Amino acid sequence: MNVNVTINGAEKSADVEPRLLLVDFIRSTLKMTGTHIGCDTTSCGVCTILLDGTPVKSCTLFAVQANGRSITTVEGLKQNGELSAMQQAFKEHHGLQCGFCTPAMMLVGTAFIEDNPDPTDDDVRWAISGNLCRCTGYMNIVKSIQAAAATTREGASS
Amino acid sequence: MYPAKFDYLVPESLDEALSTLSERGDEVKILAGGQSLIPMMKLRFAAPETLMDINRIPDLGWISHNRGSDEAHIGPAEHHWPSSNGSGKPTLRIGALARHNDVVRSEAAKANHTVSSAAPWIADPIVRNLGTMVGSLAHHDPEGDWASVMLACGATVALASTAGTRTVDIDDFLVDMFATSCQPNEMVIAVEVKAHSDRGGGNYQKLERKVGDYATVGVATCLELGDDGNIAAAGLALTSVYAHNLKVPDAEAVLVGQAPSDELFAEAGRIAAAACDPASDSRGSADYKRHVVSVFTERGLAESLKIAQGGQT
Repeated sequence: MNVNVTINGAEKSADVEPRLLLVDFIRSTLKMTGTHIGCDTTSCGVCTILLDGTPVKSCTLFAVQANGRSITTVEGLKQNGELSAMQQAFKEHHGLQCGFCTPAMMLVGTAFIEDNPDPTDDDVRWAISGNLCRCTGYMNIVKSIQAAAATTREGASS
Repeated sequence: MYPAKFDYLVPESLDEALSTLSERGDEVKILAGGQSLIPMMKLRFAAPETLMDINRIPDLGWISHNRGSDEAHIGPAEHHWPSSNGSGKPTLRIGALARHNDVVRSEAAKANHTVSSAAPWIADPIVRNLGTMVGSLAHHDPEGDWASVMLACGATVALASTAGTRTVDIDDFLVDMFATSCQPNEMVIAVEVKAHSDRGGGNYQKLERKVGDYATVGVATCLELGDDGNIAAAGLALTSVYAHNLKVPDAEAVLVGQAPSDELFAEAGRIAAAACDPASDSRGSADYKRHVVSVFTERGLAESLKIAQGGQT
């Protein structure tokens, strides 16, 4: 079955089996390996991508379901060759250790601060509660998302 | 992990979907949010010949607060609801493609406090973006949260086929674990619960080891107060402490007609704890869970009462 998607602004198409999972379509068919596979059971969230701007777990969606839709992966976060506010904040506040959960955390954070530009720490922790990190204790991830929210608010008001 | 091969259908209208079900419903599994079905297919607990993806059908994601027969316009796609069911009582109706997070964010869904209180506790925030309430009910995992909410609130389920739409009480809809009274030629298109009046309230209490886990214990409650301040109607149902979601009619009966009090709620909690039959497992011992049932029943009823008395919205 033919699948057409817009991924990070580029149109891509491929003929795939209906049972191909979206995460494998992204990683194996499109050769974009920034989206990770962790538990493969809808628990860990490291495979999270944005589907038409909404975070979803790409291990729990078939590629055919994304036909005609728009996907953002970590590779699509940078803007004009520069790190996005979220990426910059993760870099500055050391929002990662091994980096495995980081693409998903940054995507979830990006979608979250669009909805909630001035969150409390509890709001942030609630927003990332579907995403596991086994290194950081989440402290610096929360700090990074808060910093990106602050940068984005300043950008919007200036 | 990969599912077995399947044929993929993606109807663009409800009529097209229902025609397919009438022709070959036996081999078709409906894909809505897929957040329970796809994991089961990956584990090969489910291996449908045909997967029918209903996500492209327009106008199924509605949530409407039907304030009663005096209101002509009661929400989009209301034609999907059988016209014979007009009780004139205010209700909350939720369509097949309303995601859990749509319910979390919906103003209309606040019409039923048990529903709006349970919604943020379903799965995790990312899963809630795709998973649907109606899909959860149709899937009927015996440890699902929504079925307890629906049992406590006395929900009605709407089933559509090419022959029309019929409604079924939630007690009759939930047949057995992973089994419902939805026939192969039918599709669940909506669920309806009573809206709480301004003298009503409801609540869902859930204990979970981690976000996204099954409930260790879940307790759904709802109350309606009469003009005299006594309890006119009560609903109570439990999650994860029996072989299936458990409605507790004895506890409901002890509440109705009485003046609300801590002692009364404690009595309902004792009845609920005696009615359940939890398993000792990694989430806790049977005794512990039974204790949580009694505590959560008291807390849930107290919370419901607070809303019914106008202390909180």
